[in-house]
Amino acid sequence: MLGSLALLAGPTYLWLLVTIFLPLMAMLYFSFLTIAPIAGPGGTFTLSHYVDIFTKPVYLINLKRSLIMGLEVTFFCALVGYPAAYLLARQIKNRWREALLLLVVLPFWSNALVRTFSWTMVLSDNGLLGQWLHVLWPGGPSLDLLYSYKAIVIGLVHAYLPYMILTCYVSLQAIDGTLAEAALSLGASHRQVFQRIILPLSLPGLVAGSILIFVPVVGAFMEPRVLGGQQGITFGTIIESQFTTSFNWPLGAAMGFVLLAVVLIVMALFFPLLRKHLN
Amino acid sequence: MKALRAVFAPGYVGLVLLFLYTPIIVMMIMAFNQSELYQLPFVFDLKWFRALAHNDDLLEAAANSIIIAIVNTLLSVTLGTLTALALSRHHFRGKAWFELLLLPSLTMPWLITGTAMMLFFFWTGIGRGLHAILLGHVALSIPYVVFIVRSRLKAFNRSLEEAAQILGASAWQTFWRVTAPLLAPGIVAAALFAFALSFDQFVISYFLAPIGISTLPVEIYSAIRKGFTPEINAISTLIILFSMGLMIVFARLSKFAGEP
Repeated sequence: MLGSLALLAGPTYLWLLVTIFLPLMAMLYFSFLTIAPIAGPGGTFTLSHYVDIFTKPVYLINLKRSLIMGLEVTFFCALVGYPAAYLLARQIKNRWREALLLLVVLPFWSNALVRTFSWTMVLSDNGLLGQWLHVLWPGGPSLDLLYSYKAIVIGLVHAYLPYMILTCYVSLQAIDGTLAEAALSLGASHRQVFQRIILPLSLPGLVAGSILIFVPVVGAFMEPRVLGGQQGITFGTIIESQFTTSFNWPLGAAMGFVLLAVVLIVMALFFPLLRKHLN
Repeated sequence: MKALRAVFAPGYVGLVLLFLYTPIIVMMIMAFNQSELYQLPFVFDLKWFRALAHNDDLLEAAANSIIIAIVNTLLSVTLGTLTALALSRHHFRGKAWFELLLLPSLTMPWLITGTAMMLFFFWTGIGRGLHAILLGHVALSIPYVVFIVRSRLKAFNRSLEEAAQILGASAWQTFWRVTAPLLAPGIVAAALFAFALSFDQFVISYFLAPIGISTLPVEIYSAIRKGFTPEINAISTLIILFSMGLMIVFARLSKFAGEP
């Protein structure tokens, strides 16, 4: 029995050991070294990378910037996505609902890079919307949003909105319709029904969606590079450049672990809420 | 009030869909536009698609992407299905821990997974290249395969297998004649998912691709960074249509797989 179990699941866990767990441990080890032990005997133990990250303004400012970006993108996804999920789950009926849900999920399974890139064509002044705007309103303001912080946020909201709609839809869909009916017949207003029943019961979906969005957005580097141009510096892009251009792997590794710690703290903060509502 | 609500609900969802699809549709239109600088008026031309046929770098990258996606699908579906069987058909101490171990590759930012793999592979001599990209893609795909196949396993009744065994089927016969046919829709759905995940994966591939070797997303990224041409729109249009086509098939299959 134990033998067959090892035979069935063993290869998977061996694979994950080599590709996920050992690399993470190696990264942790590197983050405490002065230089990467690649081209010869390695460096010596140091805490300086972590000290730098928490004392030098360039890292702190960009960490804060990435966290704010994560919060903003999550907020806008919830603002736009929750009502859409609510309408899909509780107002729109079967045949339409299925078709619309598929349409919501579809872009999310096409290449993220290509979708981000497609915004460059919309947001630049030279882009299609910009040109139409000039035709409709000659002498109007130019729509030159490309290569700005706003462009990054728009692109990220576009990329992650389907997550929020889906998770909220799933928990809104699961709410027993008779609860709302009972409350209404007992004299509650629609607003009360929403505040006291619908919103609390759909909170796990909102929290799950927020985590699914916040985590990758804080570590985003491709979207800021493509849509942000010179403005597109985030904690994620600094980590990326440590590995691809500056070749300061120990610093990049330490920054990666700080990012991972932030992600874990956020998850730990929200987990009790999530579990309480799941139970 | 009721009439207003009847218009409002589809109207709002329509606006959300407009937001989701506008850039994609604009890009597709521009792929068929003659102007290199995205100038209007629109003049239909297939020249950017013709140019693709002569872009050897993109073609080679596309071939790499397809090969990696196929091998990734075969490996991750095999390993993932076996793991799903182990986790749902056996009860053992510490099972929850093994389930937990599947989560990091799902929930960690890809930037961290990718840089950790790059550093470790470089350090240990595994190196970078197509083999390293494949190692990474399979690691990302396995947990999804396990979850998809497990949900299918949960959906059908264990007693079918028990009945086969009571009637004298060997473990092997039971698997091939009972379990496998019942699992098939889940496995096909997982395979499509793994293929799409690998074909569209950028971040992990980006860190594991050495100079001179790339996959389609990596090649597109470097083209975007160099300054884009409508050729990128043309290949992107093809990729989007291909991925969306795959997902429509996946949606139909997973609905089928959801039925007991």
